[in-house]
Amino acid sequence: MKVLTVNFLTCAVKTCKTSPEAFPLHFRDAELAQQDLEFNPEFIKNMLLRLDWNAFRVTTSELGFSTIPAEKPEGDALNDETLLRDLHKVLLETQVMEGKLVCGHCAHEYAIKEGIANFLLPNHLV
Amino acid sequence: MSRPEDSLPPDLFYNDLESRKYTTSSRIRNIQASMTNRALELLDLKHPSFILDVGCGSGLSGEILSGVPPEEGGPHEWVGMDISASMLDVALQRDVEGDLFLADIGQGVPFRPGSFDAAISISAIQWLCNAESSDVSPEGRLTRFFGGLYASLRRGGRAVCQFYPKNDAQRMMISAAAVRAGFGAGILEDDPGTKSAKLYLVLTVGGGELESQGG
Ligand SMILES: [Zn+2]
Repeated sequence: MKVLTVNFLTCAVKTCKTSPEAFPLHFRDAELAQQDLEFNPEFIKNMLLRLDWNAFRVTTSELGFSTIPAEKPEGDALNDETLLRDLHKVLLETQVMEGKLVCGHCAHEYAIKEGIANFLLPNHLV
Repeated sequence: MSRPEDSLPPDLFYNDLESRKYTTSSRIRNIQASMTNRALELLDLKHPSFILDVGCGSGLSGEILSGVPPEEGGPHEWVGMDISASMLDVALQRDVEGDLFLADIGQGVPFRPGSFDAAISISAIQWLCNAESSDVSPEGRLTRFFGGLYASLRRGGRAVCQFYPKNDAQRMMISAAAVRAGFGAGILEDDPGTKSAKLYLVLTVGGGELESQGG
C-alpha cells in the first residue's frame, strides 16, 4: 500500500465514520519496499491540494521518514522539482508490503499482505 | 449462457481457476479493454487523476488507466477494490501499478470525503444485488456502496459503472439507489437491442442530471 493511499483511507467500521481518532489509520510492524515509478509532477500537484498534511506527517513519522516539512508546500514551492520528486518518492514509490493498519478509535486491525490491505469486515461492524 | 451472479457470490465464483480464465481469455480481455476505454471517454479526464476502480479484479482496467499518455490527460493513479482474493492475486502476479484492497463494496467505500477525481467500474456492481445471508439485503448493500462512493468523490467528480443488470427491475433498483445517494445519474446504452449491448451508469457529483440516451 502506498503512502498516498493511506492519506485518504478511513476505518470502515460503522461507528468510526464520524470519529476524528479514526483518521489516519496507524501502521504497525510495517515492512517497506521501494518501487520505481515514473515521475508525474502534474499528478503530485493535483493531489497536494487534497492531501491532509497533518495526517501525512503522522504516517511518515510512523514509517521513519524525518525530513517532511512542517507546513504543506504552497504557491511557488509547487514548482520546486526537487521537492516534488521527494514527495513522489514518499507518496507513490514507498509501499508498505506487510504489517497492519490500526484504527485509533475502535482498535480494529487491518492486515496488509503482499501490499494488499484486507478491509473485509464481519457484517455486525458494517 | 448462465449468469455467474445467479450461481455463487463473487468471492466464491472467482476462485483461482475462474480468475485465471477470466484474465487470460483474449475475448474477455478485449471486451474489458473496450469497455474501460469507453468509460474513460465518458469520464473525460483532462489531467492526471486519482481514480477508484470498483471491482478491479485482476487489474485489466487499471493497466489501461496507468497507460493513458500525457497528451490524453494521463497517466492516472488508481486504487482498486475487489472481493476476490484470487483475482487480486492475479493482479499481483501481473505487477499492476495501482493500490489493491481486498474489500466488499457492499460494505461501503472506506475513503475520506472528496478523495477521488473519478471512479470506474467494469462488470461489477450487479453483484451488489446478491445478498446471501439474512442480515444483509441488496438494498442495504446498494445504499452503503453508493453513499460511500458519493462521499469519496470530489465535487464535480464522475463515476462510470458498466454493469449487467439481470432485468429491468434490477437496472431500476441500481440506478434508483445511486440517485438516492445524491448522484446525478443517467444510463447510456451502446449497441442497444443487440447481443453486445452494454449499459453504462454515468454518475455525477454536484452536476446536473444527464439525459438517458442510446449510443
Ligand atoms: Zn475504527
